[in-house]
Amino acid sequence: MNLWLIPAFPLLGFLLNGLFGRRFSKPLINLIAVGSVMLSFLWVLKTLNGLYPIEQPHLEHYFTWIQSGSLNISVDFGVDRLTAVFLLIVTGVGLLIHTYAMGYMEHEGGYYRFFAYLNLFMFFMLTLVLAHNYLLLFVGWEGVGLCSYLLIGFYFLEKFATDAGNKAFIVNRIGDFGFSLGAFLIFKQFGSLDFTQVFEGANKMPVENSFGLMTGICLLLLLGATGKSAQIPLYVWLPDAMAGPTPVSALIHAATMVTAGVYMVARSSALFLHAPIAMDTVAVIGLATAFLAATIGLTQFDIKKVFAYSTVSQLGYMFLGCGVGAFSAGIFHVMTHAFFKALLFLGAGAVIHGLSGEQDLRKMGGLAKYMPITCATLAAASLAIAGVPFLSGAASKDLILEAAYQHAPWMYWVAVFTAGLTAFYVWRAWFMAFTGEYRGKKQDEHADAGHGHGGHGHGQPHESPFVMTGPLIALALLSLGGGFLSVTKWLEPMFALHEEAVPFMIRLMPAVMAFGGIFLAFVFYYLKPGLADSFAGAFGGLYRLVFDKYRIDEFYNAVVVEPVIQGSRTVLWKGVDAGGIDGAVNGLGRLSRGTGSILRLMQSGSIRAYAAWVVFGSVLVILAIGVAGGLR
Amino acid sequence: MTPFFFIILAGFAVFCAISLVSQTHPIASALSLVGVMGALAVLYLQLGAEFIAAAQMIVYAGAIMVLFVFVIMLLNAGAEQEARRVSRLARFTGMLLMAVFLGIISLTIQAQFPKMGGVTFGAWVGGTAQEIGVLLFTTYLLPFEVTSVLILIALVGAIVLARKEI
Amino acid sequence: MPALPFPDSVPLSWYLILSAVLFCLGIAGFVYRRNVITVFMSIELMLNAVNLTFITFSYKLKHIDGHIFAFFVMVVAAAEAAVGLAIILTVFKNRHTLLIDEVNTLKW
Repeated sequence: MNLWLIPAFPLLGFLLNGLFGRRFSKPLINLIAVGSVMLSFLWVLKTLNGLYPIEQPHLEHYFTWIQSGSLNISVDFGVDRLTAVFLLIVTGVGLLIHTYAMGYMEHEGGYYRFFAYLNLFMFFMLTLVLAHNYLLLFVGWEGVGLCSYLLIGFYFLEKFATDAGNKAFIVNRIGDFGFSLGAFLIFKQFGSLDFTQVFEGANKMPVENSFGLMTGICLLLLLGATGKSAQIPLYVWLPDAMAGPTPVSALIHAATMVTAGVYMVARSSALFLHAPIAMDTVAVIGLATAFLAATIGLTQFDIKKVFAYSTVSQLGYMFLGCGVGAFSAGIFHVMTHAFFKALLFLGAGAVIHGLSGEQDLRKMGGLAKYMPITCATLAAASLAIAGVPFLSGAASKDLILEAAYQHAPWMYWVAVFTAGLTAFYVWRAWFMAFTGEYRGKKQDEHADAGHGHGGHGHGQPHESPFVMTGPLIALALLSLGGGFLSVTKWLEPMFALHEEAVPFMIRLMPAVMAFGGIFLAFVFYYLKPGLADSFAGAFGGLYRLVFDKYRIDEFYNAVVVEPVIQGSRTVLWKGVDAGGIDGAVNGLGRLSRGTGSILRLMQSGSIRAYAAWVVFGSVLVILAIGVAGGLR
Repeated sequence: MTPFFFIILAGFAVFCAISLVSQTHPIASALSLVGVMGALAVLYLQLGAEFIAAAQMIVYAGAIMVLFVFVIMLLNAGAEQEARRVSRLARFTGMLLMAVFLGIISLTIQAQFPKMGGVTFGAWVGGTAQEIGVLLFTTYLLPFEVTSVLILIALVGAIVLARKEI
Repeated sequence: MPALPFPDSVPLSWYLILSAVLFCLGIAGFVYRRNVITVFMSIELMLNAVNLTFITFSYKLKHIDGHIFAFFVMVVAAAEAAVGLAIILTVFKNRHTLLIDEVNTLKW
C-alpha cells in the first residue's frame, strides 16, 4: 500500500521549496506546495479505497530505528479506522487551506518559506497520525510543534510574533516533558512502545480504581495533551499564536495540530479506560477549559482572538467527550470542528484581507454588502458552531453532551451553558462584522494597522479572489452537511458508544441554548448596539477581569517566568557560568601564568647560574641513585 | 715501583689540575691541562691501556689542546681581571672546605672499594691496538660508523660557525 | 695511608680516588671561573677524569670494553671542542668579550 508516500509528498515539497524556492517563480512554488498536498490527499483516497472497510489495522514495517538492549523501536506506519478519519481531515482540510493560502499570501514576503514550512508541517502531522508507536508519534508531535513555532514567528521582524512563537514552543515543551515521562513509564511497564503490544498488555491489566501506575501514565500523557491541545493549564500559547498568518491559524491552530492531543488520548483509550481517575481528570479539564475560554471569548475585540478562544473552548469539548468515555464522539467533533473552525478562520482571513489588515471588530461593520460570499460562508460556520440542529456542529456536540449527561449530570449542565455562550460570542462576532454601518477607515487612508498582513492599500473593503473564496464555499458545504457523516458508526469497532435513552428535555436543551444564544447576540449587536457596552459598564470589575483573560498570563509570568528568568540570571548565568565555569577556566589560566611568572625568574641569563644548577641537579640525581640502592 | 710512580704522577696531575683552576691567564691554564693529560697518559700505560694512552697523547694533548691554544692566541685573551674582591679569609676557608670535601670523597671511595686488588704495571696487557681494533669493527661497528657521522657534523658546524659574515 | 696488600701494586681504589679528585676540581673550575675558555678546559678535565675511571674498571674486569668507551669519549670530546670553540669565536666576534657573565641577555 506504500503508506510512506502519504507523508513523503509534502516532505518532497518542503525540500524543493525550502532549498530552491528562492529562485522559483510564484506559480512554481504554488504548484509544488499545493500539488504535493494534492498528491498526498489522492494517495490517501486510494489507500483508503483499497483498504476499505479496514476491519483490521493495516501495518507496514519499514526499518528498525533503535535497537538498544531491550528497547526496540522500528518505523512502522499503521492505518486503522481512527487513522483514516484523521488522514482525511489532515489532507483534505489541509489541501483547502493550502489553496486558500495561495491567495492570502500573495503580497507577502518570504512566500516560498511559508509554503516550505507548511509542507513540513503536513509531513510531521501525517507522521504523527500514521505512527504505530509512541516514539514515532512523538517525532511527529515535536515536529508539528517546531513548525508551529516557525510559522507563528513567520513575520520574524515583529517582536511580538517571535515572542508568541517562543511562548508556543516553550509551553509545548512543558507538555512534552509530561509526554516523555509517560512514554518512559509505558516502556517500563509494558516493555515496548509499539501500540499493538502496549494495548494488548494494557487490556490484560485490571481497571485501576485508585491512584496507581496506569493513572500516573495517563495523567502524564494528559499533561502532554494539554500542552499540544491548549487545555488548562497550558492553553496560554494559543491566543498569542494568532500573530501568525491566518492560514496558519486555520490549519495548525484549529484543524490539525491542536487536535493531536485529542488523537493521542483517543489512541491511548486502552490505557485511559483502565484508569478512571485519569478519565475524570480529562473530562474535568476539558469542561473547565471549555467554560473558561468561552467566557473570555465573549469580551475580545480582535476577531482572530475570538476564534482562538473558541478553538480552546471546542477542544475542551473534545476532551470532555473523551473523558466521559465517548471517544468516537470526541473524534467526530474533531472532524466537524475542523470544518467549521477552519472556515471561521479562513473567513476571518478573508475579512482581514479585504480590509487590508484590520482585525478589530469595532472597526468593522456592514461588510455584508462588500463581501457577500464571505458573509454567507461565515454565517454557515457560525450556525454550525452554535449547534443549530442537523448541522455538523450540533451532531457531534450533542453526542458529547448526551454522553456527559450519562456520566455526570452536572457536567452536562455546565457544558450546555457553555454551548449557549458559544453561540452568543460567535454570532456577536458575525453581527459586529457584517451588519450595521461600516465603522472602519475609508478609501483615502492606507490601512497598515493590524497584525502582520501587509495592506495593499485598496482602502475599500472588497471581496477576496476565487482562490480564497473557493475553499470557503467547500468548507461551508462540509460544515452544513458534515453532520450526516456517521463517524461514530465508523469508529464503533474501536470505541463502543453506549447509547442510552436520555430524557427528551435533555436532548432538546442544546438546540434551545443555540437559538437562545443567537437571539441574544442579535439583540445586543443588531437591534440595540449600545446595550452591550452598558452591560459591560454595569459589571465593570468582572468585565475587566474577563477581558484581561483572568490575568492568567500575568499570573504565569509572575509565578513561573520571572522566577525562572531571575534564577537563571543570578544563579545559572552569574553564578555557575560566569563565576564557576569561567572562573575555573580563567583561574586555571591565571594559575598557569602565576606559576610561569615565578618559574621564569630562574631564567636569569647568567650562564654560571645555569652551570651551578646543572651541578646541583646532577648531585641530587647521584644521591637519589645512591639512596635507592645503586643501579644494580 | 708502580706505587712510587703512581704517587708522583697522581701528585703531578692534581697539582696541574689545581693550577688549571686557579691560574689567571688562559694560556697557563691550557698548559696545565696538557700536564694533566700527560700524567693521565702514563697512568693509562700503568693500567695496561697502551692504545688509549697513545691516543690520549696524540689526539687530546696533541690536537685538542693545540686547538685551544690557537684559539686563545687568536682571541688575544689576556689575564683575567680580578673583578671580585674575595677576602683572604673567604679564600682560605674555601680551600680548606675543598680539601675536606675531597678527603670525604676519598674515604668514601676507600670504604666502598676496599679490596679490589691491586694494579701492577704489566699485569695485564689487554689494551693492544689489535684487540681494540677487533672489537671496534665487530661488536661496536655501529657506534664507530655513527661516530664518523658525528665528526662530519662537527666539521661542517665548525666551518659554518667560523665564517666571516655571521 | 693504609698498608699495601702487595708491595708492588697500587690499590685500585686509589685510581678511583684520583679520578674523583680531578672530577671535583673540574667542577670547581667550571662553576668558579669567568673566562669562557677556562670553563671549557675545566670540562675537558672532567672528561679526562671519567676516562680514567673507565680504564680502571676495564683493568679490574679484564674487559676491553672500557677502553672502547674511553675511545668514544675522546672522539666526542674532540668534536665538542671543535664546535664549542667555533661558537666561542662567534660570540667573541659579536660581544667582544670572553667573560660569560656578560653574555646574559637570554633572560626573562
